[in-house]
Amino acid sequence: MRVVVIDYKAGNLTSVLKTLRHLGAETVVTDGDLSLVESAERIVLPGVGHFAATERLDATGLTGAIRAAIARGVPFLGICVGMQWLYAGSSEAPEQPGLVHFSESCTRFAESTEKVPHVGWNSLEVRPSSRLLAGVEPGEFVYFTHSYKGPVTADTAAVAQYIEPFAAAVERGNVMGVQFHPEKSSETGLKILRNFLGWNR
Amino acid sequence: MLTKRIIACLDVHAGRVVKGVQFVDLVDAGDPATQAARHAREGADEIVLLDITATHEGRRTLLDTVRRTARELFVPFCVGGGIRSARDAEQVFEAGADKVSINSAALADPALISAIGASFGAQAVVVAIDARRDPAAADPVRDAQVYVQGGRRSVGRTVVEWAREAEQRGAGEILLTSMDSDGTRAGFDCELTAAVSEAVGIPVIASGGAGTVAHFADVFGRGKADAALAASIFHFGVSSARDLKTELAQAGVPVRLPC
Repeated sequence: MRVVVIDYKAGNLTSVLKTLRHLGAETVVTDGDLSLVESAERIVLPGVGHFAATERLDATGLTGAIRAAIARGVPFLGICVGMQWLYAGSSEAPEQPGLVHFSESCTRFAESTEKVPHVGWNSLEVRPSSRLLAGVEPGEFVYFTHSYKGPVTADTAAVAQYIEPFAAAVERGNVMGVQFHPEKSSETGLKILRNFLGWNR
Repeated sequence: MLTKRIIACLDVHAGRVVKGVQFVDLVDAGDPATQAARHAREGADEIVLLDITATHEGRRTLLDTVRRTARELFVPFCVGGGIRSARDAEQVFEAGADKVSINSAALADPALISAIGASFGAQAVVVAIDARRDPAAADPVRDAQVYVQGGRRSVGRTVVEWAREAEQRGAGEILLTSMDSDGTRAGFDCELTAAVSEAVGIPVIASGGAGTVAHFADVFGRGKADAALAASIFHFGVSSARDLKTELAQAGVPVRLPC
């Protein structure tokens, strides 16, 4: 299984690559080689940091190549900011559009007495229809670190609660995103990544 | 529900885990990769590896240690000790760390916080602060002072003010060690931890003074800590992070269980 991991210079890819390899995947990193995206069997878009960094995906032509791969049915997984990019955009960088695969936008956690960012292990309420999260039992924990999040909609695959309910995972067909870090979420995270690697039509 | 984190801390010298009091009488306590994997397996929510080697050759050994430790570790992994520059941090990230902890280098050059954050994200930058109460001050807690060199030298600024600056410069978390409590096993400095936790909007990791399970419950409650460092949890009458968390859950603290 060859996984193309997209590098858009937003943070460190080492953890994601190491974990995919641990699960038996062959990984290829690209920051703009569109032919790799065109021949990909799986695409992973990681990303920590600022939503504005996704501008690089547009500048390199990766946005179009990813959109075409998704249309061909290639399984796609966005992690953290990589998930947020699947939406129309984020209030973190209002000028920068996302992929608009999901029509809603990401917003910052509301002001409250709780701290933002949301950092640490939180539990998931998994929707039974999710294939990405198959086998994840109620109350299993995953590791989050973020200040912005997607809304709960019909495409939400798992809900987490912090200040308000938000989309911990999103999924429609071959397009999947997780707000948490499966590569840092112990056995639960490995199970989710295995589901992604084993996903087939 | 967001849970309180129990972070296992390994002091590493020349590629080996060591135990000792105030960095003297060091006793070899095993291989870092093996120990980190064991802590993760036994329920630690995160691993911190603190390099106490200060030499140049030590840096290369550290990177090798980080690489070996990260290989089979699937929980957050933070590395601290001896990171003086953005280049040092980059090497540690490339070796597999998720976060770096910086202390005196950030005090000497606060721009280092934003420099690392710009490339690796704020979540990857932990600013460690060594603190002592100021008994001469009108408010010894609010006026607690920042120390360096293992608590020997005051830098002349308050902990609360430095924690706020670190946050403004883009730190993702604060690792607060009470030098008054460290090694006493008489409990965390909950007043100081609460003062810092209330002053910033980023998570605060409490460190120093743990001696019983009740001390952890106390620092998560009264101390308003988001996480606590368990440097040598086997001294507390529990055999693993899982046991510690099981007892904390019974005391009403939200923790990641089962784990």
